[in-house]
Amino acid sequence: MNSLDRLVLMANQIATNLATDHDPAGATARHIARYWDPRMREMIKAYVGSSLTPIAAEAIAQLT
Amino acid sequence: MTFQSQSDFGTPASHATDVVTCTIDGRTVSVPTGTTVMRAAAEQGTNIPKLCATDSLESFGSCRLCLVEIDGRRGTPASCTTPVEEGMVVHTQTPQLAQLRKGVMELYISDHPLDCLTCPANGDCELESQAGAVGLRDVRYTKLETPLETHLGQTKDTSNPYFDFDPSKCIVCSRCVRACDEVQGTLALTIEGRGFGSKVSAGLKSDNFLGSECVSCGACVTACPTATLTEKAVVEIGTPERAVVTTCAYCGVGCTFRAEMRGEQLVRMVPYKDGKANRGHSCVKGRFAWGYATHKERVTTPMIRASINEPWREVSWDEALSYTASEFKRISDAFGKQALGGISSSRCTNEEVFLVQKLVRAGFGNNNIDTCARVCHSPTGYGLSLTYGTSAGTQDFDSVEECDVMLVIGANPTDGHPVFASRMKRRLRQGAKLIVVDPRKIDLIHTPHIEAAHHLPLRPGTNVAVLTALAHVVVTEGLANEAFIRERCNWDEYQDWAAFVADPKRSPETTELLTRVPAADLRAAARLYATARNSAIYYGLGVTEHSQGSSTVMAIANLAMACGMIGRRGVGVNPLRGQNNVQGACDMGSFPHEMSGYRHISDTDARGLFEADWGVTIDPEPGLRIPNMLDAAVDGVFKGIYIQGEDILQSDPDTKHVSAGLAAMECVVVHDLFLNETANYAHVFLPGSTFLEKNGTFTNAERRIQPVRKVMTPLNGPKGQGMEDWEVTQALAQAMGLDWHYTHPSEIMDEIARLTPTFAGVSFDRLDAEGSLQWPVTEAAPHGSPIMHIDHFVRGKGKFIITDYVPTDEKTGPRFPLLLTTGRILSHYNVGAQTRRTANVAWHPEDLLEMHPQDAENRGLKSGSWTKLASRAGETTLRLLVTDRVAPGVVYTTFHHPATQANVVTTDFSDWATNCPEYKVTAVQVSASNGPTDWQEDYEELSERSRRIVVAEAAE
Repeated sequence: MNSLDRLVLMANQIATNLATDHDPAGATARHIARYWDPRMREMIKAYVGSSLTPIAAEAIAQLT
Repeated sequence: MTFQSQSDFGTPASHATDVVTCTIDGRTVSVPTGTTVMRAAAEQGTNIPKLCATDSLESFGSCRLCLVEIDGRRGTPASCTTPVEEGMVVHTQTPQLAQLRKGVMELYISDHPLDCLTCPANGDCELESQAGAVGLRDVRYTKLETPLETHLGQTKDTSNPYFDFDPSKCIVCSRCVRACDEVQGTLALTIEGRGFGSKVSAGLKSDNFLGSECVSCGACVTACPTATLTEKAVVEIGTPERAVVTTCAYCGVGCTFRAEMRGEQLVRMVPYKDGKANRGHSCVKGRFAWGYATHKERVTTPMIRASINEPWREVSWDEALSYTASEFKRISDAFGKQALGGISSSRCTNEEVFLVQKLVRAGFGNNNIDTCARVCHSPTGYGLSLTYGTSAGTQDFDSVEECDVMLVIGANPTDGHPVFASRMKRRLRQGAKLIVVDPRKIDLIHTPHIEAAHHLPLRPGTNVAVLTALAHVVVTEGLANEAFIRERCNWDEYQDWAAFVADPKRSPETTELLTRVPAADLRAAARLYATARNSAIYYGLGVTEHSQGSSTVMAIANLAMACGMIGRRGVGVNPLRGQNNVQGACDMGSFPHEMSGYRHISDTDARGLFEADWGVTIDPEPGLRIPNMLDAAVDGVFKGIYIQGEDILQSDPDTKHVSAGLAAMECVVVHDLFLNETANYAHVFLPGSTFLEKNGTFTNAERRIQPVRKVMTPLNGPKGQGMEDWEVTQALAQAMGLDWHYTHPSEIMDEIARLTPTFAGVSFDRLDAEGSLQWPVTEAAPHGSPIMHIDHFVRGKGKFIITDYVPTDEKTGPRFPLLLTTGRILSHYNVGAQTRRTANVAWHPEDLLEMHPQDAENRGLKSGSWTKLASRAGETTLRLLVTDRVAPGVVYTTFHHPATQANVVTTDFSDWATNCPEYKVTAVQVSASNGPTDWQEDYEELSERSRRIVVAEAAE
């Protein structure tokens, strides 16, 4: 598994586990902002594939 | 000052609060009710002669040496079994008593060899000193015409690698037997026979100590008043001449020991009675397994090499440090400062860890610092800080004394935390109830005088479902403590959570199909936990090392809050930490997203404190975690790493991923005692110092900060140039141009205290004065905080967080039908780097794969068969042990031996919140094998090649 695939997996995992939050995408975005280093965040923002779950995709769109 | 043994008051202290007063030998003494005459006398400085009594054991009253006279009472009662009464007048020395004691002692000595001059206990023998105390001058019974049967002339049992049993010297006081029963709780020893035939026996007559159930904790050796049970080191070296109190460097229990020394030679480690974590007890690791400190494989010279294909070249400290500094500078200039990082170690002191993270944040200029807690308890930090407000266990160990129900989840205390397990067992023998949630039948479930009320053998990976089902029972059966919740927690969040867990699809009956835990058992366990006066949860890595590790920690926190089991003695949520300083390493700011005291790196105020103190600007963005560093290395953007005291190649999951990451780096610096597995990929080796060679502090699982004290000169480096590990880090920082000038770890602790609110009141002086302190140590709690969240949670209101069960991506199927889970064993520690280099290999020479008889039969495998263990990540071979300790469909192994390479098999799945690896669930297949796998062979060749050292030529 390459690094980007792993980041996609991680983002999906976070989104799935935060799916019961009142604001799943926001919670996922905050989690990623809080724990991922800038390069990892840039890599996932630049991801163009289709493997992200809807919550994860929405969260990543929210990343600044 | 001459050597002094620890004081012994003869019988245990009474915990009563009311006081009685008596007169002993004309002096008045007041003691708590229930105190024995013997102890009261000892407290006022009168040592009544005794042999069978010692204050770590209950009164026994067998030796008849401690007789006293009491006004108004007939006869001569034993002082060890007579409680003090108000107004009692006691005489400890009268002509009648003197005569009686001489008579008793004469009988003892008639059955004891008189080789005192050459006896290993010479000078440290209670029989000898008590014979002196009673004034025995003559023994009339030695030359009988028909010799009686005696204890003399028996064969020594030298089977245990650490101590000898010489039955000829035994006086049958039963202290060893009682120590094994009461202190350790193994009940391996007994007295067999009667009269002169009474002998201490380890198990059956055919057993010796090694072959018996003895776990070699050393409690019997400590308790023995003669040379019957003596450390082999004392036999070889002689008695010690000084003692230094220090803290064990093995597990998170944090036992304190007296390092008993002769010169700079360690003679023995004796558990320290005043140690608040261990209360005078020990296990085979801390008590005996310290020989690695002087093992021949220990590397004591700095070494470098340009590539990992070259042999190592021994160099001076200066050359090693300036080479490292120049490589790090080159990498930083060429690839950017984010290309460097560091890993701190849970085995090193708080002060050392603090310096490593400071080197990264202030020297490397990034936050790429992580620690081995990443792979063990990072989910604890995450889960408990969100729910309760702080990343730590809620109780002290003493709290277990008031616990009525213990819920043990994913922990194997008798192997992983043996000294605390002994305290749990003592409480369980007193009647506390036990619930175990574990896929494996751990020893605690069925052990002498203990039978778990419930064992919930869940399928690995279903922790959250099981905990939610427990919560379901609590909520739907009206067992929640609503008064507690309304007062202490956010009520709205509770209601949301309660509605979630109460959903019928989360009931034990519905989830049984998934978890394989019988619903009726689970319901009964939930009722037991919820309705007890005091219930406590103890958990280990079986909770955290899962893809839902953080969720499980939060589910545990929810359950304890829902039942009101927080904020007083006897209850709480207690993570059992793996390594000695996991708690400390986390406290010290070893995570890439937070500074010491768990303050997020984006917190401008907290960051400002450090920036002002250190005179640098700190990067406000989180750095890389260990697995992210390895990914970044493979991507070609992470090039240099400083690893202090951790062997990521052996301990981290998916070995192939770790080795690929390390191989992609240009400067890997390993700072360790041995050429560990990670060092196979290293370019610089900085020799480390052991815990015996340094000053500092460790923080154990109960947040207890305890001193580590230097008892010998560091062996690393050329003669006279040995350095404690914090000095090595400082020298590296100086080589990189940082202006650091610490002269003692106490100065580092002062800096920690200055910058970390929860450590505000901690200093080496305070620690020396108090022995230990449990953080938070603040103005409000100057003596520390044994119990947390007493009136309110640290975060204010306790937060219920909904944790939905999400199955792991690691699935069994036709190719990999079994689930592998991993753990450890009593005699070994972590990757075994230390314990494999001691005689502990006598108990566990290799890692074994445990498999249920049904699965073994299906595959035609037997105990002892070589088997191939294969997963989607890789394969290895090891020998099989067929046992019903594991359920059908589950296999289990340990990871103590590098040849096994269990982590070749584990996958790179990890906890969703913290990336803590999912060690506990791997889908595998097991089949017959006839030899090592290709990976094992290749790896062994690489290991040999990469451990070559060029011997420096003598100077002209």
